[in-house]
Amino acid sequence: MLELIRHPWHWSIAGFLIGLTVPALLLIGNKSFGISSSLRHICAACIPANIPFFKYDWKKEVWNLFFVAGIMIGGFIGNYFLSNPEAIVVAPYTQETLQQLGVKDFSGLMPIDIFSFDNLLTAKGLVFFVIGGFMVGFGTRYAGGCTSGHAIMGLSNLQWPSLVATISFMVGGFAMTQLLLPYIMHWVN
Amino acid sequence: MEKSVKIPHADEFVILPEKGEKAYVNPHPVECEAPNEQVKKETIFSNLKYLIVGAIFGIVFVKAEIVSWFRIQEMFRLDSFHMYGVIGTAVVTGMLSVLLIKRLNIKTLQGEKVQFHPKTFNKGQIFGGLIFGLGWAITGACPGPLFAQIGAGFGVVIVTLLSAIAGTWVYGLLREKLPH
Repeated sequence: MLELIRHPWHWSIAGFLIGLTVPALLLIGNKSFGISSSLRHICAACIPANIPFFKYDWKKEVWNLFFVAGIMIGGFIGNYFLSNPEAIVVAPYTQETLQQLGVKDFSGLMPIDIFSFDNLLTAKGLVFFVIGGFMVGFGTRYAGGCTSGHAIMGLSNLQWPSLVATISFMVGGFAMTQLLLPYIMHWVN
Repeated sequence: MEKSVKIPHADEFVILPEKGEKAYVNPHPVECEAPNEQVKKETIFSNLKYLIVGAIFGIVFVKAEIVSWFRIQEMFRLDSFHMYGVIGTAVVTGMLSVLLIKRLNIKTLQGEKVQFHPKTFNKGQIFGGLIFGLGWAITGACPGPLFAQIGAGFGVVIVTLLSAIAGTWVYGLLREKLPH
């Protein structure tokens, strides 16, 4: 059993389990699935600064903070107790292109060439952590949700604004990867 | 409550008479995509069930490798079907579940009617969506995977998370000036 869990999972198993989060949250507590709202609750709880957008009863939404704390614990369990002993298999074309862009280490879930503390105070850190993170937080709130709230919960409930948002997420991602990333990698290296 | 003013795309708010300032009076924000609709009060202890669902979800994130920056790169380079498969299966599973809940009028464990939220279109879904997409491709993470990556031991992602919180805060600050 443990052996089966440690093995990398097929996309359909993972997708099915992620999809089940929608009815699970609805049925255990009448909660719509969405994660980026946790960032808003953190703002409302810690730094509301008299901004109307952060003046609401965040304590009523505290379940969302329990949920993301759980995700963090799950990430820990998944990586330290149930992880695949072998290296992640990255598609050959992607690997080739990334190597040309200066990514050398393909052994972990994340490229250590980029996601390490050594890069924190460098141009890499500025782009990949600070600016990247800022766009994730700003963009999801501006869009009214992220991949969970729009792409999964919104589409599950047949909401066409969520389809618009999901398409915009993809367009932004393609533009960054295909058009901007080569210049960015050149600059940070 | 009676003097609520509706402005496009925005949460409802009223002028608090004693303070003369704008304040949101909704029990939860309308635009919050994950509102708490449970009527029955929840204790800290009953909130632990969301911690457990989150933990299972986090394990799936890691096992499906969708928290991997490499998988996001593959998706946006169209070199692998993996992410499309995961998202596609998740959406179909979610759709069927929502359909069943509506058709069979399935109640929550507390016996309450399941609430759904119609979304209204505003241009923020395009502008914000594009900005998020740009960030998604460089960080290799949407908000959920950010938490999973930190748990999985990529400590530096805490900086990305703090930056995402800052981004949310700046959005709140500039909200009225942004096109929606």
